Amino acid sequence: MFQVRIHGRGGQGVVTGAEMLALAAFLEGRYSQAFPSFGSERMGAPVVAFCRISDQEIRLREPVTMPDALLIQDPTLLHQVDLFSGLSKSGFILINSGKSPDELGLSGLPYPEDHLLAFPATEIALKHIGRPLPNSSLLGGFCALTGEIGIDSLKEAIGRRFSGKTAKDNMAAAEASFTIVGESMHAATD
Amino acid sequence: MLQQIEGSRAIACGIALCRPEVVCAYPITPQTHIVEALSEMVRTGELENCEYINVESEFAALSVAIGASSAGARSYTATASQGLLYMAEAVYNAGGLGLPIVMTIGNRAIGAPINIWNDHSDSMALRDAGWIQLYAETNQEALDLHIQAFKLAEALSCPVMVCVDGFILTHAYEQIEIPEAGKVDAFLPPFDPVQVLDCMDPVSIGAMVGPEAFMEVRYLQHYKQLRALEMIPEIAKEFSEQFGRDSGGLARPYRIADAETVVVALGSVNGTVKDVVDEMREEGHLIGSLCVVSFRPFPLMEVRACLENSRRVVVLEKSFSVGLGGPLSDGVRKSLSGIALRGYTVIAGLGGRAITKKSLKGIFAKAEMDELELLNFLDLDHEIVARQIMRERETRRSGPIAENLLKSIGTVASRIA
Repeated sequence: MFQVRIHGRGGQGVVTGAEMLALAAFLEGRYSQAFPSFGSERMGAPVVAFCRISDQEIRLREPVTMPDALLIQDPTLLHQVDLFSGLSKSGFILINSGKSPDELGLSGLPYPEDHLLAFPATEIALKHIGRPLPNSSLLGGFCALTGEIGIDSLKEAIGRRFSGKTAKDNMAAAEASFTIVGESMHAATD
Repeated sequence: MLQQIEGSRAIACGIALCRPEVVCAYPITPQTHIVEALSEMVRTGELENCEYINVESEFAALSVAIGASSAGARSYTATASQGLLYMAEAVYNAGGLGLPIVMTIGNRAIGAPINIWNDHSDSMALRDAGWIQLYAETNQEALDLHIQAFKLAEALSCPVMVCVDGFILTHAYEQIEIPEAGKVDAFLPPFDPVQVLDCMDPVSIGAMVGPEAFMEVRYLQHYKQLRALEMIPEIAKEFSEQFGRDSGGLARPYRIADAETVVVALGSVNGTVKDVVDEMREEGHLIGSLCVVSFRPFPLMEVRACLENSRRVVVLEKSFSVGLGGPLSDGVRKSLSGIALRGYTVIAGLGGRAITKKSLKGIFAKAEMDELELLNFLDLDHEIVARQIMRERETRRSGPIAENLLKSIGTVASRIA
């Protein structure tokens, strides 16, 4: 089972992100479960959503306390919330920021170097969608970083969730992020 | 069709397939997306021949359902938490009148303190109102139980509550099979009421009954529930034949054949319990579990048959009878009359406290060593409780309890679970 935790702020689409990831996994014929951290969410408050992906039926109903991947939609949460809590030692971290992990004060984290990546998801969203909604970008980056979900499945999920121009723009943001994250991974390993 | 869909929306699809003629709801917290989705379906015409009535309170919601059902319409509503308590009088009325209304409870805690999260306090508060109560383990079962609920309710002329864990199931987005309309139509015939308000053939429903017959009316409610004990498995079997999957029934055992310890629970926590049972089995523990689906009527004989060969029973409860223990434990105890085995109650998950595999494993291991008390509280923070008790001892005006405990804990916004 692969478990993902998405951290963001109310209004950024954390729950939608987790649901699109689950939908993409479903489209690949796998079992998946997305659910919000239950609370009275408010615009701007720290929020969390979870996604589990598995080849077997998922019976577990506890929150994701030991994730395999973290998606961080808002880097200002880095020093406010215990984001890395329970993250597996081989876990993946994807942060929405134009700064490098070093610049974000994240050097020295006990995770493999090529599993920790920051990229400007909001800027990519602004370019393709015209609004600062980093969801599709982060999910595209997730596909490249973890290989857990195929980019085509993600794009199909986006197409089912949205329609018309919104769908097309979000797919473009996901695709562009997939490429950018893929390239920076190669650059890191070269 | 297999869909990736939110639990609430899947339940709404299931309700729509049952072709309700009246849906009434009060659309303010505590409520789920179920009635929101149904209102959309009525507006777009996807759900035909259905009147959606937006009422002014939960009390009105069920009162309208009572009126609609009396007039011969298949009627549905949904609520939770304080909403259910607010309609309590009407809940007893629907039960006493024997009207086959189906109502979803998106189970949540009851204040004070104010809390919007999941536990079973709401439906448990109305367990004795003469309604059948079915608890869903999964979202698939939640959808399926509603289809079975209408069939059961209308066959017996008795209202049915389908209890679905709030948030944990209602807000989970996962894969759920939405049945074909034709199959549901074949399974669930049109509503043929046993009592109906008809201008051409007038009767009155809801007469005053004095001591001469009140007990008999109550006994007949009980008689219906005894008949439900026979009908619930029959309907589940018929459902399985029609839809090709098992849902519902009275109670479902899991790996109990040689189990020395059996965990009994209601609702969605059974999924996590099964995962723990599998892990502990791999380590050589003789443990199994029993998911009770029908809480009213309570299947005493089936529960007894599943537990009588074990050494101990751990009842995991998401509801707390303050001053005694848990309502599920009471039923389990009764089912074991005359059998000497150890029984423990574990109160867990109140007000949305996460029930984790780790904590369950710990408490089941303690149960196996018979190191539990009769009544236990999973992951209770003994330290802040002790501090509050001390505060109350030392100072007469020690302040409001909930606020004091929150101060003891400090900020929680930065925590994950």
